[in-house]
Amino acid sequence: MSQALDENKIGGLGASRKRVEDNRFIRGRGNYVDDIVLPGMLHMEILRSPMAHARIKSIDTSRAWQVPGVRLVLTGEMAATRNLAWMPTLSYDTQAVLATDKVRFQGQEVACVVADDPYIAKDACDLIDVEYEPLPVIVNPRQAVAEGAPIIRDDKENQPDNVIYNWEVGDKAGTDRAFAEADTISKLRLHYPRSHPSPIECCGSIADFDRATGKLTVYMTSQAPHIIRAAVAMVAELPEHMIRIVSPDIGGGFGNKVPVYPGYVCSILCSILLETPVKWIEDKTGNLISTGFARDMYLDSEMALRADGKILGVRIHADADHGAFFSDAQPSKFKIGLLHSAFACYDIPAGHLTARGTYSNKAPGGVAYRCSFRVTEAMFFQERMVHAAANDLGMDAAEFRRKNFVRDDQFPYRTAFGFLVDSGQPQKCLEVGLKAVGYEDFLRQKEEAKSRGRLLGIGISTMTEPLGAGNSREYDILGIKMFDSAELRVHMSGKAILRTGAKSQGQGHETTWAQIVSHELGIPADDVTVEEGDTDTAPFGMGTYASRSTPVAGAAVSMVSRKIRAKARKLAAHLLEVSEEDIEWELGRFYVRSAPDRGVSIQECAMAAYSNMPDGMEPGLENNAYYDPPNLTWPFAVYIVTVEVDPETGVWDVLNMVAVDDCGVRINPMVVEGQIMGGLTEAYAMANMQFITFDAEGNCVGSNYMDYLLPTAWETPGFELHSEVVTPSPHHPIGAKGVGECAAVGGPAAFVNAVMDAIGDTGVRNIDMPLLPDRVWEAIKYRRDISGAPPVRTDD
Amino acid sequence: MTIVHEERTDTGAGIPENRITVTVNGKRSVVECEPRLLLSHLLRQGLRLTGTHMGCDTTNCGACTVLVDGRPAKSCTMLAVQADGREVTTVEGLATASELHPLQEGFKEEHGLQCGFCTSGMMMAAKALLDENPDPTEEEVRWALSGNLCRCTGYQNIVKSVLWAAKKLRSE
Repeated sequence: MSQALDENKIGGLGASRKRVEDNRFIRGRGNYVDDIVLPGMLHMEILRSPMAHARIKSIDTSRAWQVPGVRLVLTGEMAATRNLAWMPTLSYDTQAVLATDKVRFQGQEVACVVADDPYIAKDACDLIDVEYEPLPVIVNPRQAVAEGAPIIRDDKENQPDNVIYNWEVGDKAGTDRAFAEADTISKLRLHYPRSHPSPIECCGSIADFDRATGKLTVYMTSQAPHIIRAAVAMVAELPEHMIRIVSPDIGGGFGNKVPVYPGYVCSILCSILLETPVKWIEDKTGNLISTGFARDMYLDSEMALRADGKILGVRIHADADHGAFFSDAQPSKFKIGLLHSAFACYDIPAGHLTARGTYSNKAPGGVAYRCSFRVTEAMFFQERMVHAAANDLGMDAAEFRRKNFVRDDQFPYRTAFGFLVDSGQPQKCLEVGLKAVGYEDFLRQKEEAKSRGRLLGIGISTMTEPLGAGNSREYDILGIKMFDSAELRVHMSGKAILRTGAKSQGQGHETTWAQIVSHELGIPADDVTVEEGDTDTAPFGMGTYASRSTPVAGAAVSMVSRKIRAKARKLAAHLLEVSEEDIEWELGRFYVRSAPDRGVSIQECAMAAYSNMPDGMEPGLENNAYYDPPNLTWPFAVYIVTVEVDPETGVWDVLNMVAVDDCGVRINPMVVEGQIMGGLTEAYAMANMQFITFDAEGNCVGSNYMDYLLPTAWETPGFELHSEVVTPSPHHPIGAKGVGECAAVGGPAAFVNAVMDAIGDTGVRNIDMPLLPDRVWEAIKYRRDISGAPPVRTDD
Repeated sequence: MTIVHEERTDTGAGIPENRITVTVNGKRSVVECEPRLLLSHLLRQGLRLTGTHMGCDTTNCGACTVLVDGRPAKSCTMLAVQADGREVTTVEGLATASELHPLQEGFKEEHGLQCGFCTSGMMMAAKALLDENPDPTEEEVRWALSGNLCRCTGYQNIVKSVLWAAKKLRSE
């Protein structure tokens, strides 16, 4: 007789199970792309442009070819003979693989060298002579649309200017009416600066083309290997079954490892030409100046307010600087991602959003950096606007939010921009946060400190964000619908292997997916192996970014487990010699309803699937599931920060930070908290120090870790996390919601609002991030708003 | 064993090879290398100890931290020839065949890692601290790790992991 199981003991849903992937990482036995060595492997290095915008007059590679150990020097002209000088992007644009006509940003790929070792390849790169004719440089949207601006994309037909798109959503007439009725109109403009996701591991690939079989295998740092396979099939004109993409362990992604980069394509082309494996490992500067940037959006908005504090409507205009190529990985329908999810947690009757994307002489940007397609810009702007509006009305910032939140009884709530927010408890989360931070007390302390010349401030940020694209009706990339998948094979002993179309880069799927299987089937999580990232074995999926793993692939894991359970039920009926209708399920066990002592375990059912199946039943116990979610998931979060600003230096210190995340059911609370703390740290980084920009010549400032400051253990404040509010997703099979990005999305505004609150008496409305000490000092001293838009100021 | 070298018509590079002796994780090796070879490359490619990772090339991220004669060093900005006659310990030298080092246990217990890329360097920097100071404060841990960057975890759990290990080491 078998017994019902304690789910926590078998590592099921809600268990803070220790991570299985740690076993190799703590031993230094991870398998990252640079750890892989193939027989006969050569090494590739890329020569990058020092200029931001220049015509290439000539490229002379003869000296590079002379270096002993050099096997190939590849230029755009040579790539063009294979139709590979350009490649399509994930946003229906094209991007240069190796420049042929012009270079369009500093760091653009101009040529590459393959050699016996990477030192030789670098030496040879230095010996390639390129003659450039400089052209005028554009580093912001204002310059891009100015009269007489140089056309950056003169390679494209029908591109008479630097505008990529104009896009709008919402109800213009209704919004105009709301503004006509307003008592107060509050306005705010700001620039969400460019930022680089900057995982510690840079990008890289090893391409291995086997002439004998015609098969191309590429080991690479990709968050979305199946999308890469589709893209490679397109670019390299190879059939899909002859392409195998393998993402081994990935040293952090944060959206940076979604796009297709020229380096990957070059390594593939070089391997095809040389018929030997070619490894490319990017250096940090290459990563920072050429790969997927994020943000870089100018937001200008106004809010129609009634005197009692009710928001009547919002108008938003966004100018997005995409760099030289429009290569965002984002749903096709939404040119500016999900920016129109702004204000989704507030009950606002009318809204109108317009957006314009432009080219500039900067690396392609707009990737979803720890963010669901522009949601970070949306929520940052929303919370900065809410802060400004509350101030304009002379209302308490918490009270203003309470007044305008979507009420619990309004869910599902349709926003003015068309999203269906299905669940949440905004008021409750806010109260938990306010209590934790000691809101009223702090306001008193702040007043008291002010009387002694000290500047204390408190900043609130509250938001819900749409996580987990698709559904397939609205979400696709290049026409491929954004569903995801799982395949589960239960061996005869009841142990199992699970594969999904997602790809962990630190999220811990090997640990947490097994917990879902455990929850659905009662198989101990330790008995479930999880594999991802190999397109030859994993089912087709869209990969991991935009917090979509748990909402989509995680749901598929549930669904495939339920299919397995359905078959196991038939096997149980057979073993127990009763009809299926007479059988009940409890975790890990089927039993006879009328005789609960008579039961069989899931493991016994598994054995029967291979050794004792009923007549006519297909043997084996495996299945797959493709999951197309009915809606996004909508986690809600409250972040509250208190700071002290030193008026003499502009330096600000975090006194306290409280985070209340309602992300529905938590599969593994330990892992969820880890994700939140990581996100909060990136939020702090963006608000405080992470600064990458461009001068008037298009030189990237912040092109290495000496200049691009990431916080260390020394600067990073402590965080207090709260998990007591749980609103399950109404449609996700286990009630889970996305969470990995919430803190990075909602966090920055809390820090900035806190500093703005501290210096509230100056009347300064905005300081662009990062709030560097000199900016804060200047704002206090001169009582003026501080723009951080490029070109960067050069103080003489 | 046989080593076959491809014949090169031009050996014009003329880079001298240096012969050094280095002890890594207790094992002495004789190495012939160019003087410009980075210690990190010697470890990763020459000795196939790939647990030492390279993140930034500029001594900022600390992913490549190893111990040289017991002191933490960023192996991406140290030449292999500088390790001549010295003892190097990498992450692979932390555990014995049967037992994990308390730091390794601590990082797993306290969820001090996510993608794992910075972890080796974090643990080696932490080992250098704990070897000198078995009972550090949280602030001392934070300072000792301030040469190491992590993008995933937010440090709070890394600090806890090190304190966990310190406690365990003291009780041993």
